[in-house]
Amino acid sequence: MATNKLQVAIYWGAACGGCDVAVLDTNEFILDLAAAADIRFWPIAVDGKYSDVEAMADGELDLALFNGAVRNSENEHVAKLLRKKSKVLVALGSCAHMGGIPGLANLATKEEILLTAYLANPSVEPGNQTIPQARTAIDGMTLEIPYFFKRVFRLADVVDVDYFLPGCPPAPVQIRNVLLAVVKGELPPRGSVVGASDRALCDDCPRTKSEKKLKAFHRPYEIVQDPTRCLLEQGILCMGPATRSGCGVRCPNSNQGCRGCYGPLPGVTDQGAKFLSALASIIDSKDPKEIDEILAGLPDFIGLAYRFGLPASTLQRSYR
Amino acid sequence: MSFEPKIVGFLCNWCSYTGADLAGTSRIQYPPNINIIRVMCSARVEPDFVLRALAGGADGVLICGCHPGDCHYSEGNYKAMRRYPLLKTLLKEYGVDNDRVRLEWVSASEGQRFADIVTDMTERVRALGPLRLKTDLQTDRVER
Repeated sequence: MATNKLQVAIYWGAACGGCDVAVLDTNEFILDLAAAADIRFWPIAVDGKYSDVEAMADGELDLALFNGAVRNSENEHVAKLLRKKSKVLVALGSCAHMGGIPGLANLATKEEILLTAYLANPSVEPGNQTIPQARTAIDGMTLEIPYFFKRVFRLADVVDVDYFLPGCPPAPVQIRNVLLAVVKGELPPRGSVVGASDRALCDDCPRTKSEKKLKAFHRPYEIVQDPTRCLLEQGILCMGPATRSGCGVRCPNSNQGCRGCYGPLPGVTDQGAKFLSALASIIDSKDPKEIDEILAGLPDFIGLAYRFGLPASTLQRSYR
Repeated sequence: MSFEPKIVGFLCNWCSYTGADLAGTSRIQYPPNINIIRVMCSARVEPDFVLRALAGGADGVLICGCHPGDCHYSEGNYKAMRRYPLLKTLLKEYGVDNDRVRLEWVSASEGQRFADIVTDMTERVRALGPLRLKTDLQTDRVER
């Protein structure tokens, strides 16, 4: 196709659609993008088939934004396809970057998930015995649907990724900055995290911080919060110390603790383990029994520490 | 071939490493299954060190520091003491048996105690069998 326009594809794997909405949330800028770029493939917004992408020449696309984790063979197929067809592949959002919320499924087995979803859930029609299979023989023919993997993968587990744009969803202003950088050809070295800061969220958080000493953890509704003071100091869990900044301190500015969606800081692979270090260090006790009692205030530590990054963590999944 | 557990030991420089040294110079016998890494303080042992050891093929991890109150840096071992129960919670969720990771206090004069801990831990991990996280993680890449 002879054109000077930027050739763009946007795709979702195991995702909620929030990243696609975040692209639209760049507001009027999306019109500039539409003027400067040909959107060749974007399932949530424009009509298109996988065969259209298959028909493209290798490297024909300038940019592919892949959001969502890799949960099944369809996600993997399209990830490999877009890798082949694009000059630049960006993992957009926490799921593509680290596995995201779908990645928490790595705490359960494939069998447990299918059982819950299709047989055991209270909302399932009583007596249902059907679990989707990758291949089904019907009327002498074989039907095929995508194969459900044993666990969730990050995008980088199945293809080479050029850039990671973190966030759940990424802040629209960051998406805009990255798209502008692509247009201008001002991209950092391949493999970089883009559209984010290299510092911890705490560095950008406007709340006042002093020495942290915790005797108990609280849920936000359990206490009257001081809106100017560090949340952790008030016993409200905040992933800020272990999380990359760049979001604009969205959650603490809304009186909620950081959830950690921007992922670990540069040089860190395991965000949850880093948060464990930080959190345990500020517990104000030297008595093992009291420490246990304080820690009992954390009902689901793994879900907290790895909310967005279990498949990207050191152990990646449960081994039960 | 019988299973020989691989145990990684993080020993603090000031008490436990010296304690292990004393076990050696006193010619106290203990299993050779432990691979000792000297760190400056038990608080230097980041939880990720333990996770990485397990993911890299270790069957167990032993962390040793000065007794509470004796830390060379006055507060370091208390930080280790606070991290340990949370690390155990995490490992339980990951499906890794809590007997595989252990925190113990060993002073510079407790060579015998160090040898006893290593002996006991080696037998416990032997009874649990190989952990195989490394193989599992590699298999994940191939069999989806």
